[in-house]
Amino acid sequence: MPRMKRTTFLWRAYVGCLETLLLLLAGASALHAQEGFKTETSSGVSNIRIAVADFKPASVDPQTAAFKHTFDTTLFADLGNAGIFDIVSKSLLPQADPGAPAEIKIQQWADAPTSAAMVAFGNFSVQGSKIICNGFLFDAKNLQYPQVLAKQYNEDASDDSARQIAHRFADEIIFRLSGGSQGIAESKIYYVKLAGANKEIWQMDYDGANQHPITHLGTVSISPRISPDNSRLAFSSLGHDGFQIRMFSLVLNRMVNFASVGGTNLSPAWSPNGKDIAYSSSRSGDPEIWISDTSGNSPRRITNFRGPDVSPVFNPRTGSQIAWISGRTNLPQLYVMDIDGSNVQRMTDGGYATSPSWSPNGQFLTFAWDRKYGPGAPGGQDIYVMEIATKRWIQLTHDGGRCDFPSWSPDGRHIVYANSPDGKATHMKIMTMLADGTQKHELTGAGADMPNWSWK
Amino acid sequence: MNAMHAGIRKTLVIAATLISIGAVTGCHKKASGIDPNALGPAPAPPAAAPTATITADPLAIDLGQSVVLNWRTQNATSVTIDGIGDVSTNGTQTVAPSTSTNFHLTAKGDGGSTEANVRVTVRVPVAPTAPPPADNDMGTDAAFHENVQDVFFDYDSYDLRPDATAAASKAAAYLTAHPAIRVVIGGYCDDRGSAEYNLALGENRANAARTALVSAGVQASRLRVISYGKEKQFCTEDNESCWQQNRRAQFSLDR
Repeated sequence: MPRMKRTTFLWRAYVGCLETLLLLLAGASALHAQEGFKTETSSGVSNIRIAVADFKPASVDPQTAAFKHTFDTTLFADLGNAGIFDIVSKSLLPQADPGAPAEIKIQQWADAPTSAAMVAFGNFSVQGSKIICNGFLFDAKNLQYPQVLAKQYNEDASDDSARQIAHRFADEIIFRLSGGSQGIAESKIYYVKLAGANKEIWQMDYDGANQHPITHLGTVSISPRISPDNSRLAFSSLGHDGFQIRMFSLVLNRMVNFASVGGTNLSPAWSPNGKDIAYSSSRSGDPEIWISDTSGNSPRRITNFRGPDVSPVFNPRTGSQIAWISGRTNLPQLYVMDIDGSNVQRMTDGGYATSPSWSPNGQFLTFAWDRKYGPGAPGGQDIYVMEIATKRWIQLTHDGGRCDFPSWSPDGRHIVYANSPDGKATHMKIMTMLADGTQKHELTGAGADMPNWSWK
Repeated sequence: MNAMHAGIRKTLVIAATLISIGAVTGCHKKASGIDPNALGPAPAPPAAAPTATITADPLAIDLGQSVVLNWRTQNATSVTIDGIGDVSTNGTQTVAPSTSTNFHLTAKGDGGSTEANVRVTVRVPVAPTAPPPADNDMGTDAAFHENVQDVFFDYDSYDLRPDATAAASKAAAYLTAHPAIRVVIGGYCDDRGSAEYNLALGENRANAARTALVSAGVQASRLRVISYGKEKQFCTEDNESCWQQNRRAQFSLDR
């Protein structure tokens, strides 16, 4: 497998529809000249420059200021997190915040120093028990017909509502300007929260807000995996007979049945159609990959090789392949096979590889890898992305302590993962980054592990 | 000593890593503020406080056996261990205490002083006083653990070591003499590596121990296997003696 230097990669700039048009007009020769592989992340140079005005308060209700502050900061952060915008610093914006299309002088926003290509603005009011919010997106380069988007939101007055409205408006903007890619501001992250000797499954918004528990089982529950339709959560839980697959319904807000069998049962994974669960089961004595329906019925064994086989994940685009971790040749390596167990292909060439996650477009695997694993070896466990077709890889984290459990965002532009700066399990915290390794930041404090990003 | 050098190197790497993290994290947004990486190096800190660790392997011995003490310090100029005296800043020593002993290490340096402790338990044999167990008796935990001893594994391996077969014969003899006993075999891993893989590996370890007992004549129906992976640790220190303690198949009475 060729070791590719990071500098040789040409990252494809993630371009919005306007840039795409320009590119098409200019001819696609630039694309043909590219080498290496591309993830759907931005390179920073051709990002759309967007100005985000603080929304104009349109009511005198005393709650307005606090909710509007939540809204403004959330919207600003969402657009920044998207990785496709160059956001104008708020100090460079024109003095007056426009609240409606009639109030904006778009030329002011197009001129230096703002120099915005796009402007998001609007008004925000609290009327009775409701938040009324009008959001607009204007194209500053189109003076005659600048309006790109107009949205009205009417929700219960609460801090969480203000945040969710901002997420929805941000996703609308991202959808319009990213060339049709869905935003992720409304997506959720499920994870394991340490609670003394126990571990429970928790949920949070994609930006780390709204952290709250899902399970209260009083035991060790790990490996949460959310169903593609966000209705059910599969995980593995320690009971009297060891670890078993468990299922929680987010619709019914209670545990639902999943057949218990002998042995250790681990690391469930949803097929993209939501009808099957792949997981590791040692019911036959040796941990192998099995697939059953979502109640644990009709189980069938997929792998048959002595040694640990764990952490399966379906190709979310086709549903016809599984990537997983196998210790059949001693140290754990990353493999890919068809869901009938044929066409087994080893992906990593050594070291200690674990915790794969398959990108939404089906082209990439991200996983944790310690390439120099062994007693006294200097290696660290870091997050890598591999292009499946070529087995070429890049390293996304460097010298930041132990990293594990990467999980793709629904738009394939972000990766959430767990990181422990000193390697101690209790110091694990959840981080997120763009899929090219930039814009790393924390979502939780210490004591959070095994993040899993929702499918939408 | 090779392992010790590796340990020191690892400590330095961790220290360097922590410093670099301190510089990098906290930068939540690229768009605003000053990039901390662009700033010059921080001013030299004052003399660092000494750090010290001391371990004993094994932690528990029978009377007459010996243990290896292993200590490491940083930033220390003088190191003493009570009962041994002045010692070098890093080293090992074999001791054979006659009673359970706390080994107390004091490290002094320019940045202050620090202490570290390790307790070695010495098992002094006592004459058995309990009556011989009846057939329906599961026996005492102590007698069980003396005869059915935990199995330890090499790192990332679930292959039984050569001495495990003899231990399995002894365990099988005891279990045959006490037919009421049922056994839980727990599979454990050290806390390096990844949680899901370690649970599968722990399953293989517990199954290896189970297979050894079955081969030695114990009925499979009396044995129950549970993998705990790295979810239940016997100790949490970052050293080989602790990792070795955690890489085991542990036998317990299944009451």
